[in-house]
Amino acid sequence: MNGTTEIEVRGLNFYYSGNIHALKQINLTVQKNSVTALIGPSGCGKTTLLRCFNRMHDLYPRNRYEGEILFQGNNILSKDVDVIDLRSRVGMVFQKPTPFPMSIFDNIAYGVKLKGIKKRSDLSERVERALVHAVLWDEVKDKLNASAYDLSGGQQQRLVIARALAVNPEVLLFDEPTSALDPISTGKIEELAAKLKKEVTIIIVTHNMQQAARISDWTGFMMLGELIEFDGTNKIFTAPSEKLTEDYVTGRFG
Amino acid sequence: MTVFDDELQHLKEKLLRMGSLVEDAVKNSIIALVDRDNTLAQLVIENDRQVNTLDVEIDEESIRLIALRQPMATDLRFITMAMKITTDMERVGDLAVNIAERALELNTEPMLKPYIDIPKMRDIAQGMIRDALNAFVKKDKKLAMDVIMRDDEVDDLKHDVLQELAVFMAQDPTTVSRAMKISFVAQYLERIADHATNIAEMVIYFVDGKIIRHMAPPAEEK
Repeated sequence: MNGTTEIEVRGLNFYYSGNIHALKQINLTVQKNSVTALIGPSGCGKTTLLRCFNRMHDLYPRNRYEGEILFQGNNILSKDVDVIDLRSRVGMVFQKPTPFPMSIFDNIAYGVKLKGIKKRSDLSERVERALVHAVLWDEVKDKLNASAYDLSGGQQQRLVIARALAVNPEVLLFDEPTSALDPISTGKIEELAAKLKKEVTIIIVTHNMQQAARISDWTGFMMLGELIEFDGTNKIFTAPSEKLTEDYVTGRFG
Repeated sequence: MTVFDDELQHLKEKLLRMGSLVEDAVKNSIIALVDRDNTLAQLVIENDRQVNTLDVEIDEESIRLIALRQPMATDLRFITMAMKITTDMERVGDLAVNIAERALELNTEPMLKPYIDIPKMRDIAQGMIRDALNAFVKKDKKLAMDVIMRDDEVDDLKHDVLQELAVFMAQDPTTVSRAMKISFVAQYLERIADHATNIAEMVIYFVDGKIIRHMAPPAEEK
């Protein structure tokens, strides 16, 4: 691997409350300014792993991490980490678009205001920049005060990405970002991911193998809580090293 | 077996059918030459149409599977290699036709000399084609390596044939026309062995995912 390491996972184990061992001894390196895809059958732990990167699991107090996730060298699993700050540096986009019940403008400005930026002109500039980045600006520039709910599903998803981008994150986590979208909107989000990686590091969980093949540089295949294989996307889809990966990507699973 | 597995099996069968047609063509073209059998030479030329048809069918089928099934990993390697192998096999078929054409021409003149090395070359080249295809179907890397190694034997024999023919031509200019045609045949057989080598190299890629074309001698491979 060349390039700079953004995130390094070392010996990560994760237990859901009730001691369900969901991630087993995960080791992997995420390169800065690349797209890393996590694939695997339902229940393999890919979303669980994704949610470790911004400590989403902390919302339930009895969940437990073991091991280390080094984000730019610092272990984000240590107790003294400011989780709120972490989540602004490591943004997340979910399966279904999650716009706030407010105007398009306010959706984007919301996080920016929380960061202490209050001046209207500064806010406008940040909102515009985020919308341009998320390739939504041209479609909404004349109706910034309209409700976010007036947008189509694909536009809402890009709005949510713009909202995440507005606080200048370093990493974006995508949890099946296109599973609720039609092929055209899916294509737009995929194009967007390819563009955004110049500025942010992207980790994406997807059920759609072709999507992983299209947009990612690195791919990890997971099964039953274990990372079976992690390699360049090209390698995983043309000549994987592990039999289990081979069976999964060729659709001969089980 | 899934429907897709059936489709892959079907493609594999077509490839084998094409392989056996081509192998027969090589064998018969040389028999036609050695036994001076014009009917057999004509048959080789006519049968090439079947090879060409299969070539097109295999390409179409492969393109269809890529578009509709979006194959990955071993399936992707199988289909893309099938498309390349069919090109090499089609060429082998054409070369067998060229041999048959030279045989028809040579059969109009008295025999220059008994054929000794040419049938030997044929045996090796034909075996290489057969084994290269078998290696592909059985994912047998060792057999593929073996095919690649055999290419040198054919090259050496061709060298001997050409030298011998050069002597004929130098001593008696009336042999030039026949000697030239026989040296073409040796050339064709050498090309056939090269195509078999290409196929064997594709087998290595199919099995390992590593392209060994244009690399140092394969003997260093494990």
